[in-house]
Amino acid sequence: MTMIKKLLTSAVATAMMVGGAQAEISNDTVKIGYLADMSGTYRDLAGPNGLAALEMAIADFGGKVNGAKIEVVSADDRNSPDVASSTVRRWLENENVDMVAGLVASSVSIAVSDILQENDKLGIVSGSAASSITNEHCTPNHIHYVYDTYPLANGTASAVVKEGGKTWYILTADYAFGHALEGDVRRVVEANGGEIIGTLRHPFPTPDFSSFILQAQASGADVVALANAGSDTTNAINTASEFGVTQSGQTLAALLLFLTDVHALGVEAAQGIQLTTGWYWDMNEETRAWADRFMEKTGVRPTMVHAGIYSSTMQYLKAVDATDSDAAQVVRKQMMETPINDMFAKNGRIREDGRMVHDMYLAEVKTPAESKGEWDLYDIVRTIPAEEAFRPLSESKCPLVTSK
Amino acid sequence: MSMIFGVPLAVLAGQLLIGVINGAFYALLSLGLAVIFGLLKIINFAHGAMYMLGAMSTVILFDALGINYWVALFVAPLLVGAFGVVIEYFLLRRIAGQDHIYSLLLTFGVALLIGGVLTNIYGVSGLRYSMPDVFQGGMKLGFMFLPYYRVWVIVLALLICFGTWFMIEKTKLGAYLRAGTEDSQLMQGFGINVPLLISLTYGFGVMLAAFAGVLAAPIYSVTPVMGSHILITVFAVVVIGGMGSIGGAIITGILMGVIEGLTKTFYPPASSAVIFLVMVVVLMFRPSGLFGKEA
Repeated sequence: MTMIKKLLTSAVATAMMVGGAQAEISNDTVKIGYLADMSGTYRDLAGPNGLAALEMAIADFGGKVNGAKIEVVSADDRNSPDVASSTVRRWLENENVDMVAGLVASSVSIAVSDILQENDKLGIVSGSAASSITNEHCTPNHIHYVYDTYPLANGTASAVVKEGGKTWYILTADYAFGHALEGDVRRVVEANGGEIIGTLRHPFPTPDFSSFILQAQASGADVVALANAGSDTTNAINTASEFGVTQSGQTLAALLLFLTDVHALGVEAAQGIQLTTGWYWDMNEETRAWADRFMEKTGVRPTMVHAGIYSSTMQYLKAVDATDSDAAQVVRKQMMETPINDMFAKNGRIREDGRMVHDMYLAEVKTPAESKGEWDLYDIVRTIPAEEAFRPLSESKCPLVTSK
Repeated sequence: MSMIFGVPLAVLAGQLLIGVINGAFYALLSLGLAVIFGLLKIINFAHGAMYMLGAMSTVILFDALGINYWVALFVAPLLVGAFGVVIEYFLLRRIAGQDHIYSLLLTFGVALLIGGVLTNIYGVSGLRYSMPDVFQGGMKLGFMFLPYYRVWVIVLALLICFGTWFMIEKTKLGAYLRAGTEDSQLMQGFGINVPLLISLTYGFGVMLAAFAGVLAAPIYSVTPVMGSHILITVFAVVVIGGMGSIGGAIITGILMGVIEGLTKTFYPPASSAVIFLVMVVVLMFRPSGLFGKEA
């Protein structure tokens, strides 16, 4: 009996010591690793300018947290889960990185979240689209911040169906993200009384969309929807404009479109397209003020991903400050308990599955006559409240939620 | 409406036409590659980068100097061609006569450098280029809507292809070129400046790529990575046609455009692979390509 008592006491003591050790910042340094596509397809929407946003957050925080240094390392993941995994493993195991930020390609985020969990470190996903990141792939070690495919379908698809777009033809990028988005769109369109009359899966990437646009035109569908991203989407929109898709009475719905994409297309080709976004730089005084500072630093207007990286880094540093710890679970708990109120989100909150829920926006690209400058691109048509936008916890397959 | 394998005839007709248009693009690009390989024995992996430079310089010339499409059609290929001559003079000349793999690696490195530098400056989202006003709109053919610009592309591409073939195969200049690369010492004995001829030939091949780039600028996203996507396809076209065969490159280019277009109609996910499938089958039965001379 005494033996058991002794064991128990020492176990409790050890646990307390571990707990005590956690309540401080390791190595007197908070080290953040920024991992993103710095040179490929997703470079402009996240990339080097995302790093600039992260550095802005650190500078605005004062460069130090509770007297501890804040250090940043960064790397190009080349959109490869393999490259990303080995980089993050090195960072966590040899270089004392406490938090990994950026995380753009969904495949990269899913691979990295496993390594974060193994090492009990924290990751904040800001660029990825796949809603599975906080559904079947959720872990207690990462947070998904800016947006995902669920609100993209909820926002754009439901708006377009309600405006009378009953029959749909979907051009889908033939890989995991495209399939996920197509599935989410099908659900929303059918729930709202619409019908999918055809889908076409195109290779990723596709430089020439003329053949696919021709098939979409011939289908006679009310809506031609693009379940793809980046250059595939801009190429498809350009070709649709060349072949007169909207002039012949069909609606074009781009399900994932970033500010940088619309800027590259120009309002001439993109006018009237509806899209869902997590943030837009020209929404109010606060967003404009931040976007001005960002533009001074980078020369461009920020995407929702850039703004999200700034906001999430702030939320992270505040949590480290409040708890005086950089231990993943301590910080994550504090981040979840603190509502997010900044230039990115109002009353945003991080749920137990790691999803940051906040209002999303349905935007429409301005016409050349309405647009007053090269970055004056969107009209915000509608605010989609957080509860309506994101997958409800009742539908979640995340073990952190279902095991409760 | 009559159907073929579940596809309406009208849709099929549209796809065939689009296939020919894209094929004209492939023909133009593979023609440049075939000229460079056929005459100089250089495997030019920088060809995609030169195509991209053609498109990028069209946009940059317009943004910076207000040079319009019609002028760019001449100026951009000349500028990029001159750049090609510089590369030939300072780099490729040093590995002349070495194994093909050296030219492949060297030009691949050049392509990576050019792509990297431009990505850093211009990003990857793409530069905007408006179509010239005369080409706005298109004609209704009954089975499809055909943009005027695509018609222009096919006419111009075919003209250039035919002109190049004619020059190399049927004129005296072409004869010098072919002879100069076969036996340069003999030709130098006749007082012909063979090194200059080689520089100019490389420059000309590069010009063809840049010209295709100018044609592409109004219809595709102009980005520093646009060349890398198309390069491998074009190489496959050249291999199928027979490395170095000028006529083979042109005919195969158009043929592959059509085959790809049909695949996009009947089974779209295979459309990026179908050309390679054809390549495998052709190489199994004719190792030197459809129009290549037996080795």
